Order: sequence, then C-alpha cells, then structure tokens
Amino acid sequence: MGEVLLEDLTKDFGEVIAVKEVNLTIHDGEFVVLLGPSGCGKTTTLRMIAGLEEITSGRILLDERVLNDVHPRDRDIAMVFQNYALYPHMSVYKNMAFGLKMRKVAKDEIDRKVKSAAGILGIETLLGRYPGKLSGGQRQRVTLGRAIVRDPRVFLFDEPLSNLDAKLRVQTRVELLKLHQHLAATSIYVTHDQVEAMTMGDRIVVMHEGVIQQVGPPMEVYQNPANQFVAGFIGSPAMNFLSATVRFEAGRTFLEGAGFRIPLPTERAGGLAGREGDEIVFGIRPEDMRLGAEGEIEGAVEIIEPVGSDIFLDLSVGGASLTARVESSVRMSQGERVRLHADPARVHAFDPETGVTLV
Amino acid sequence: MSRKTMLRLGGALISVLTVGGVVVMLLPYFWMVSSSIKTGIEVFDLPIKWIPDEIQWVNYPNALTKGAFGVYFFNSFVVAFAVMAGNLVFCTLAGYGLAKFRFPHRELCFRLILSTLMLPLEIVLVPTFLVVRELGLVNTYGGLIAPLAVDAFGVFLMRQSIRDIPDSLIEAARMDGCSEFGIFWRIILPNCKPALGALALLAFRDNWDQFLWPFIVATTDDLKTFPLGLAQMEGIDSAAYHEIMALAVLGMIPAAFIFLFFQRAFVRGITLTGLKE
Ligand SMILES: Nc1ncnc2c1ncn2[C@@H]1O[C@H](COP(=O)(O)OP(=O)(O)O)[C@@H](O)[C@H]1O
Ligand SMILES: [Mg+2]
Repeated sequence: MGEVLLEDLTKDFGEVIAVKEVNLTIHDGEFVVLLGPSGCGKTTTLRMIAGLEEITSGRILLDERVLNDVHPRDRDIAMVFQNYALYPHMSVYKNMAFGLKMRKVAKDEIDRKVKSAAGILGIETLLGRYPGKLSGGQRQRVTLGRAIVRDPRVFLFDEPLSNLDAKLRVQTRVELLKLHQHLAATSIYVTHDQVEAMTMGDRIVVMHEGVIQQVGPPMEVYQNPANQFVAGFIGSPAMNFLSATVRFEAGRTFLEGAGFRIPLPTERAGGLAGREGDEIVFGIRPEDMRLGAEGEIEGAVEIIEPVGSDIFLDLSVGGASLTARVESSVRMSQGERVRLHADPARVHAFDPETGVTLV
Repeated sequence: MSRKTMLRLGGALISVLTVGGVVVMLLPYFWMVSSSIKTGIEVFDLPIKWIPDEIQWVNYPNALTKGAFGVYFFNSFVVAFAVMAGNLVFCTLAGYGLAKFRFPHRELCFRLILSTLMLPLEIVLVPTFLVVRELGLVNTYGGLIAPLAVDAFGVFLMRQSIRDIPDSLIEAARMDGCSEFGIFWRIILPNCKPALGALALLAFRDNWDQFLWPFIVATTDDLKTFPLGLAQMEGIDSAAYHEIMALAVLGMIPAAFIFLFFQRAFVRGITLTGLKE
C-alpha cells in the first residue's frame, strides 16, 4: 500500500510562504507529477513528505498513519535527489546496499536485492565502480537503484532528469515509466518541465506561489485549464492571450478585440452571462487555429518558424502578437496579411483580474 | 625577438629564480647538517667548509648523553600525537556543527572562534596557565596537551571542508536509516579525508617542536619535550654548537618523516573520494 494524504499542508520560511494549505490525495500506485515554475514550492512539498523539512502546519498521512513526527528513516519513503546524492566514497554496490545495511538486513539478502535491482536497471557491470567514474545517465540509474532496493511504499523524485542532456532525458523518461509500471509503487515526481509532466503523470498537480492551481489528468488540465496561469504554463508554444470585450448580439456571444471577432457557441457562453461590455482575456492555443479566407482573426505575418513537422507563425494582430501553428506545406511570406479561423470548441476566456476561467 | 623565444626566456628566468629560492631556503639546513659533523671549532670557520675533512659522527652519541634525550623525545611524541588526535576529533566535530547544523547565532560562534586566531600565543599564555594551574595540571601530560588539543584554525579548516559536502548526501543517509553519529562517521569523515590529512600534518608539525607552552607548564625533567632539552643544552655547554646541531638534525627527522607520509595519504585521499572531478 502507499496512499499519501496531504491536509492543509503549509510551510513558511519566516517571511516566505513556500507551500500554502495544500490538500491532495495520492492514490496507491499512482504516478503524480508536481508541476510549476521554479520557486513555486514543489521541492519543499516533497521534502516535507520525505521528512527532511519540518511542517509549519497541516498533516501528512501515509496509509492513515500521521507522518508529521516520524523520522525520515521510519517513513518507508525513498527519494531520488536532483543532484543524485550518491556517496562518493562508496562503490555503486555499497551505495545501493547502504540503506539495507543501516536497517540491519542480512548480508545475503542485501546481495540478492542489490543484484536484482542492478539487473532491472542494467547496471550489473557498474557495481564495482565509484560514482565519480560514472556518466550522468549511469549515476541516475544508481540513484534509482538505491531507492528500489529498499522497496519503499512511496518514491519521491526531485527533478531527476534535469541534469541529463536532452536526448538522454527523453530516453530516461521512457525508462522511468517502464520502471513505474513494473514496480507499481506510489510515485511523486517534481518537475518544472511541462512536457515531462504531460508524458509521465497519471495526474498533474500544477502549483504556483505555493498554492495548488489545478489537479487532474494531463489532457484534462491541458484542455480545461482552471485559470489563466495553468493555461499559460502548460503547452509549448504557450497559449495566446489577447484582451477582448464581451458582446451579445442577436442572442449570440462574441469576443471582440482589435483584429478579431470570435463567435462563441451558445452552450459554451454560460460563464459570460451578464458580462456584456466587460473586458476579458481571450485565450487560444497555437494549434487550435487554421488558415482560412473566412477566418475571424486577421493579422500580419512577422516571423516564420518552420520546425519540420509544422510551421509556427508569429503574427501581429491589432498590435498584439499571436502564434499560430500551420501545416508545413503552407507557403507564406513576411508581412503578408492572413486570416485564421479559431476552433470554437477550443476558445478560452479568463477574468483579467482573478485569472479564473470563464469559458 | 620572436614571441616564442621570449616565452622560452621567461620560462628559463622563472626556473632560475625558483632554483635560487630553493637554494636560499635549503642553505641553513645544509649548514645545520654540515655543522653537526664538524668539530666544535670548525663550525665557525670562515669561509664555510661545507664538507669537513674528517666527519665527526661521534657528535651524535656525545650530544645524546648531555641530557635525558630519550625521555624528551618520548614526551614530544606523546604530546604531538595526543594534540594531533585531539585536533582531529574536536576540530572535525566543531567544524561539522558549524557547517551543517542550523542553530541560533551560528555565524557569531564561528566568528568568535575565528577571532581567537588573531590573538598571539603570548597574550593567552598567562590566563591559560592560570586555568591549567587551577585544574592542577601543571607538570602533567594533561597540562601539556589539553590547551592545544583544539585549534581555531583546525576548526576553520574542517568547517570549510565539510561545507563543501552537499547537504543532500547527509539527507540521503538520513533517509537510508543512518543515525546522526553514523552520518558523521560514515559520510562526513570519509569525504573530508584530504582536510583531515592536512590537519593531522599541521597539528603534528606545529606541536612536535612547540617550545613556549611546554617551557611554561613543564618544569620537571621527566616532562620536558625535545625543544626544551635542546634549549637547555645552551645553558650546559654554550660552545657545543656541533652537538646542538646534531640534536637539531635528529629533531627534524620525525617531522620530515610524518610530512612525507601524510603527503602521500593526502593525494590518495583526494583521488579516492572522487569528489573532485
Ligand atoms: N531553506 C530555505 N530557507 C528559506 N527559503 C526557502 C528555503 N527553501 C526554499 N525556500 C523558498 O521557498 C520557496 C519554494 O522553494 P522550492 O520548494 O525550492 O521551489 P521549487 O522546488 O518549486 O523550485 C522559494 O521562494 C524559496 O526561495
Ligand atoms: Mg526544486
């Protein structure tokens, strides 16, 4: 088992409130990703779960046992550190065996566990080496091995891929997922990389300034962001935001601004009721628009960025900038005026003050 | 002149200067060794005759009969090793505390310790002696050793070295189920081997030939250290420079030996840890 419950979890460092009233249930065997920009409190949350940071207020429970005053070694939780934290003076074997040795596990059982973990990770040949002599990817595996041998109820990962180069990162991501499927242990994974979060998480927890913004499966968070922060943080290139005014005409709702006038389907316009004439933020993702002579958005092409599979167009729409993704077959020249059609099912609108999603 | 020749000339000049420096540094030692195998009169001959016509090995056994040098040597060893051991234990513990534990006024504590480095021994000599006397430690090994067994510079050295060890190693060990003392013993100590080597080396060198403190606190013959024995030679026979030099040569041997021994441990320590990449 390994169900983690965070109740009103709060941490302040004097002036700074790093984590604020976090409530979250992480189910047994689930892979949950804490996602947010640097400094939003992800690491602090993880460290409180690990027992490395004191809790200011709130509770942490693991399988209904309150962990607040339990020593890190007695929590049955293993952590993979961002900088690997391998013991430099111990061989790979000893690094992996250390946690078991400290727990007075019998020698032959330690040996069996270390070798089995090394087998899973494909590092049998490295067991005699020292961490200083390993590549980044190899160190990463040893760190995982050290966590696996303990067979903990919960794995914590703090940006484990951030020190790897881009290619290795993609590869390791896949391997981590396979490993998770194999072990089926509860995993809490911290990252600021939204691609990592999208591809790995059963659920994503988006954090900002110590507060949870949204919790949900990756595609749901992507398609139905709870607020403008989440909408802007997830997706690359990011969602476009343009200021607009709400108009009701002949029973229909429009979002109107310099260079565009977007009709909203009636069933999606409920959130704008009574807001006639109000300023709102209109949001649309680059891939949710297509070129068309009848398009409701008009702009001038400023920059053309072919990325192989697609082309990203940076447009100037009524003085504001907007990025659109178009097919790579499209021929375009700088300064050209184009019209884009927004997918009405994918149009978003946010309150400019609170950022709350209206549409 | 081409750039290359200039560079080469510059290199040659640096070599010449270095060799010159080494010679100047070594000359007194040569003189010491050379004087130790001369007769008492030859020592003051000018120009200096570096290798005497007849080598006087007898100076060595003769000199050793002028005092209880076996006892003095033994005392010096006991004091130097005990002080070294004390420094290794206390400086490392203090350094660990100052480097890795958060407690009120930690930086102030550290600065106060550091500031004692600015006080010359002469200033603390009298108060230290008074304390040692109150403790009844005058003319005991305890009195010779205790005041020197922890040293502000050693604390500084160990604190700096331990600070370089990432916190995450300590945290990983804590989660791995290691006790707090276990963390110190199994994680901290092995990862500051080079600093421990340097500390041991410095502590031994500074205390092997320590003069002033033993001179104050040890007045009985059975507690005198080697430098005290050497100093009293002048009182016994102020003309016997050949014999004094023979004793000085003998006194240098352990320090030189320890230096060589620890220097190797030093390098090994750095390469083994893999910390320095
Ligand atoms: N030991 C600490 N002392 C003071 N402030 C801290 C400490 N650790 C983290 N913080 C602050 O808490 C906030 C959250 O930090 P952190 O959890 O590390 O963010 P993240 O991992 O999301 O980048 C930041 O503003 C950071 O400066
Ligand atoms: Mg972090």
